[in-house]
Amino acid sequence: MNFEVVFFFSIAALAIVSAILMITQRNPIKSVIFLIVNFFCIALIYLILHAQFIAIIQILVYAGAIMVLFLFIIMLLNLGDESALTEKIGYKKTIAYVLSAVLLLEIVIGLSLPWTVAASRIHPNANEIGTVEAIGKSLFIDYLLPFEVISMLLLAAIVGVIVLAKKKFQ
Amino acid sequence: MEIIITIIKIIVVLGVMLGCVAYIVLLERRLSAGIQNRIGPNRVGWQGLLQPIADVMKLVFKEDIVPTKANRFIHDLAPIISIGVAMTTFAVIPFGDRINLFGYDIKLQIADVNIGILYILALTSLGVYGLTLSGWSSNSKYPLLGGIRSSAQMISYELSMGLSIIGVIMIAGSLELDTIVEAQAGWRWNIILQPIGFITFVVAAFAETNRLPFDLPEAEPELVAGYHTEYSGMKFALFYLSEYANMFVASAIITTLFLGGWQVPFVHSLGLPDFWVSVIQVFGFLFKIILIVAFFIIIRWTIPRFRYDQLMNLGWKFMLPIAILNLLITGLIILLI
Repeated sequence: MNFEVVFFFSIAALAIVSAILMITQRNPIKSVIFLIVNFFCIALIYLILHAQFIAIIQILVYAGAIMVLFLFIIMLLNLGDESALTEKIGYKKTIAYVLSAVLLLEIVIGLSLPWTVAASRIHPNANEIGTVEAIGKSLFIDYLLPFEVISMLLLAAIVGVIVLAKKKFQ
Repeated sequence: MEIIITIIKIIVVLGVMLGCVAYIVLLERRLSAGIQNRIGPNRVGWQGLLQPIADVMKLVFKEDIVPTKANRFIHDLAPIISIGVAMTTFAVIPFGDRINLFGYDIKLQIADVNIGILYILALTSLGVYGLTLSGWSSNSKYPLLGGIRSSAQMISYELSMGLSIIGVIMIAGSLELDTIVEAQAGWRWNIILQPIGFITFVVAAFAETNRLPFDLPEAEPELVAGYHTEYSGMKFALFYLSEYANMFVASAIITTLFLGGWQVPFVHSLGLPDFWVSVIQVFGFLFKIILIVAFFIIIRWTIPRFRYDQLMNLGWKFMLPIAILNLLITGLIILLI
């Protein structure tokens, strides 16, 4: 076993444990903290795959910006008694458990198939593909039109949110 | 061997940094005393030079009080996040050129990553958790208000901070801090090439480090002591330390991005051996940092605190458009040249 494999399995274990802790915590703030830990683990896994840009963006955008907003909103909601938030196991939950079990089975089967194993190896040029320069080049040269279309879509969404938010105050 | 050198570098950098931070506290107290026509602490040691040690001893032996209804786990976690983020940011900052020591060619930078600036931005965006969580976990109204203020403030100023750096990145053509410093050789400092970017970055740095005139999260006339009201003993000391460590790191980033980093003009024309050139560069870097820290301190005792709505208006309606304008102008000039 080389160092990379040990590192990967410890990070993966931490990611799964933090994900489970995130959904089992009663306290929503603690859930947020474990979700942040989970995002960090995923960022480290990206680093193992030589995708430095994606790794740092994962921390910058998800752990640094989106989760701060989550925390901000949970603090403002002031949920108070946490036991009131618990749900009873109904038919919806049972179906959800069955569906996630099926999904897990699918992932395990999918990963053990011979052709997916070959595809999941690290690309030989992974070191060059993961850099900021390579991503910038493919975004602004190779895929310029889709990039601009997505930018327009996001801009439209931002304008729409502002219009909707302003309406309520009038 | 590589690993041992890196570990030695980490220990030396952390030691120098903590020593500097301890004496920045003393510098702040003496400078503020001078500005207010007082004398300041001068009893412990010559001119009060042993005061930081006395302060640390006092704080270590103080009782650690946790409010009854506080969330113990998060209450303990918050100062750790604060100090951890403040210290790890320094890892990518180059504090000198290569140096030849005992036959080893050592690069004076702990981690040379090719996403240097993004790493700094990512870590500073995490610093807000320490403040917000400490405010929430204390289960008390003033810390909560301080925590909420800090998260709103930091989100607002992160944007203009990130945008004001882009001009520097465009000039150097790289995200690596090393390349950015090398691009500023001689007098090609970015403060001259990017004056608007420099001003917006410095203002955003004041807001990100919660220093006056932007210290709303701990505004003492309104919020007692803001987010760390319910902290005492060593945990309070960690918050105190992380505030000054943040200031030190912010000064180091400003120096690296805009003031030429470790570049000392004309040092190569003196004809000194390479070893001494490197030493002069390291001390030049430290000297620039201390100058900016002194600037931070003087500003604190000169400008009154902003009102909260003024802070938000400045961030969104003034800083952000100026940073975008700077970006457009820089892009245009680079295209034309």
